[in-house]
Amino acid sequence: MYAQMVKTDAARVKSLDDMAPEERAFQERIDAGQKIEPKEWMPEGYRKTLVRQISQHAHSEIVGQLPEGNWITRAPTLERKAILLAKVQDEAGHGLYLYCAAETLGISRDEMYEQLHSGKAKYSSIFNYPTLSWADIGAIGWLVDGAAIMNQVPLQRCSYGPYARAMVRICKEESFHQRQGFDILAKMVKGTPAQRAMVQDALDRWWWPSLMMFGPSDDASIHSAQSMVWKIKQNSNDELRQKFVDQTVPQAEYLGLTVPDPDLKWNEKKGGYDFGEPDWKEFFEVIAGNGLCNAERLGARRKAWDDGAWFRDGLTVHAEKASARRAAKTAAAE
Amino acid sequence: MSSEWPLWEVFIRGQHGLNHRHVGSLHAPDAEMAINNARDVYTRRNEGVSIWVVRSSDITASSPSDKGPLFEPSNSKVYRHPTFFDIPDEVGHM
Amino acid sequence: MATAIIVEAAVDRAALFEFLLRMGDNALILGHRLSEWCGHAPALEEDIALANTALDLIGQTQLWLGLAGEVEGRGRSADDLAYLRDAREFRNLLLTERPNGDYGKTMMRQFLFDAWHYVVLKALRASSDARIAEIAEKASKEVSYHLERSRDLVIRLGDGTAESQARMQEALDDLWPYTGEMFVSETSDEPLGAAGMAPEPQSLKAEWDALVAEALSEATLKKPADGHMHKGGKRGIHTEHLGYILAELQFLQRAYPGATW
Repeated sequence: MYAQMVKTDAARVKSLDDMAPEERAFQERIDAGQKIEPKEWMPEGYRKTLVRQISQHAHSEIVGQLPEGNWITRAPTLERKAILLAKVQDEAGHGLYLYCAAETLGISRDEMYEQLHSGKAKYSSIFNYPTLSWADIGAIGWLVDGAAIMNQVPLQRCSYGPYARAMVRICKEESFHQRQGFDILAKMVKGTPAQRAMVQDALDRWWWPSLMMFGPSDDASIHSAQSMVWKIKQNSNDELRQKFVDQTVPQAEYLGLTVPDPDLKWNEKKGGYDFGEPDWKEFFEVIAGNGLCNAERLGARRKAWDDGAWFRDGLTVHAEKASARRAAKTAAAE
Repeated sequence: MSSEWPLWEVFIRGQHGLNHRHVGSLHAPDAEMAINNARDVYTRRNEGVSIWVVRSSDITASSPSDKGPLFEPSNSKVYRHPTFFDIPDEVGHM
Repeated sequence: MATAIIVEAAVDRAALFEFLLRMGDNALILGHRLSEWCGHAPALEEDIALANTALDLIGQTQLWLGLAGEVEGRGRSADDLAYLRDAREFRNLLLTERPNGDYGKTMMRQFLFDAWHYVVLKALRASSDARIAEIAEKASKEVSYHLERSRDLVIRLGDGTAESQARMQEALDDLWPYTGEMFVSETSDEPLGAAGMAPEPQSLKAEWDALVAEALSEATLKKPADGHMHKGGKRGIHTEHLGYILAELQFLQRAYPGATW
């Protein structure tokens, strides 16, 4: 997911009776489906977990600009170029909404950037894979955005008001993202043999990393249990992964593609697909910074930030000068 | 150097005749740029006809702990709502 | 479009085609350059804003090149013209193909271009060719905002820190020799001017000069002297940069001829 394996600081999930009155009142409001708003009392663990989750989500959006941005200048038609640019621009917008949501919890955007650039904060593993062909742009929209939507739709109901509202806006805007990806592939599979091969190759490379986006099974995870009690996570990783596979396999079939999983089989009894286990060793390597593109992605973000310092400072100083000039003018007039 | 641009709250009038609504926030060095940034960030899909921005630090908010005293008293003033009054059917619409 | 066809017959079709390519290629190449920034701008708000300008320019490319293909009458679409011509057939100003440099240089290039773009589109709204007037009408709304924004940033950065001012002055000095080309008339301009379809390039200079001088003065930047001016873009003689832009832009269409995407 865009926020993978978020830690909660919880040693165990407390029962209502174990809680101090303030915390109990807080938990009862969440249980009653009420939203928590900025500056209201909240347990420190809730605040910190949200900061981690929302900032990780935001980082994923802006790092996520890069693999797709890699093809904006090579998009095959003017229309595709415009669509892709608009989509990647949306991702910047979504990053912005999310950073703002996190800022209501008492952390600044600059601090979050600092955590990203120093490697302290994580972002989704998926964006450390390379985009090697135009079909990869289709595959990202179809699979990666498809997987992200699985997680983001329930987050619209999460307990923290600013996060939930940001998700509402994001989900509304994102509805075209998955479709544009599928549309790229649908067009290509009707094309030449070379184009069809490109699409199959993209699926072969993106299928497993997409399943890894949901993170390893968290059925036994204390963090996951705590996040669910706080209603900042609604479904288990396995639940969402199953839902994603069930939704995506028929779409792959429609495209005439083969899902690269020999264990994939319809299970009539559970009404869903059985499927193989992703290579979690690879997942943890990528998380640890050893994916093919980790260094480039972070390098690009750091460079954008460092190279832009003079620009941001220039505008700050201009605003101060202009404000001082206005003040002097007002004073002179009085 | 490198102090962060201040945070601004953005309010947009979606259509003529409606109130401005809070849509989100952004960073900008001053009010004029905040307006431009709001146009670029929050009206990409034709969402607005007018924009207000206000520095987040200039907003005075009611305190969450005052929620009871501030808002609960109005709960008991049910007579402010038209449904409080029974109007005989014969009277017609009122 | 009966009137348009009559007017068109009165002028050299090839001259009109040339003119439309120029408008379309400027938008295409500059839009392409701006899209290179996506994901790399100095602030998230800027990243989003600059993408809006790029999107407007790509949209304008589709309109101008679409009309160019129609006027040419050989069945070429806007995409055919964008993706299947070689550098010698491109008619964009050299200014638009200049590398992005730092964000300040990108903004300076944008401002110098936007000021011209704004003035030329204003004139084209009164074109005797209804198709041109219609595109210009739509594009000038977009470009008014581009100009407002790039002008504002040039002023702010010029009158900012010592470093931002130095960078903007350097950008200006570096780009200035590429501005003269905007006002050079080619032989194809004359009949279009006479038919009221498009303004003579030279006629736009006074307004551009005024716009630029006012902004530069507010930006505390020194306007360079009008020394040697580069030209050639409008005749297809480009800098070496254009070839690389096209190599990237046209990669898929060239590597997989005839494929649809």
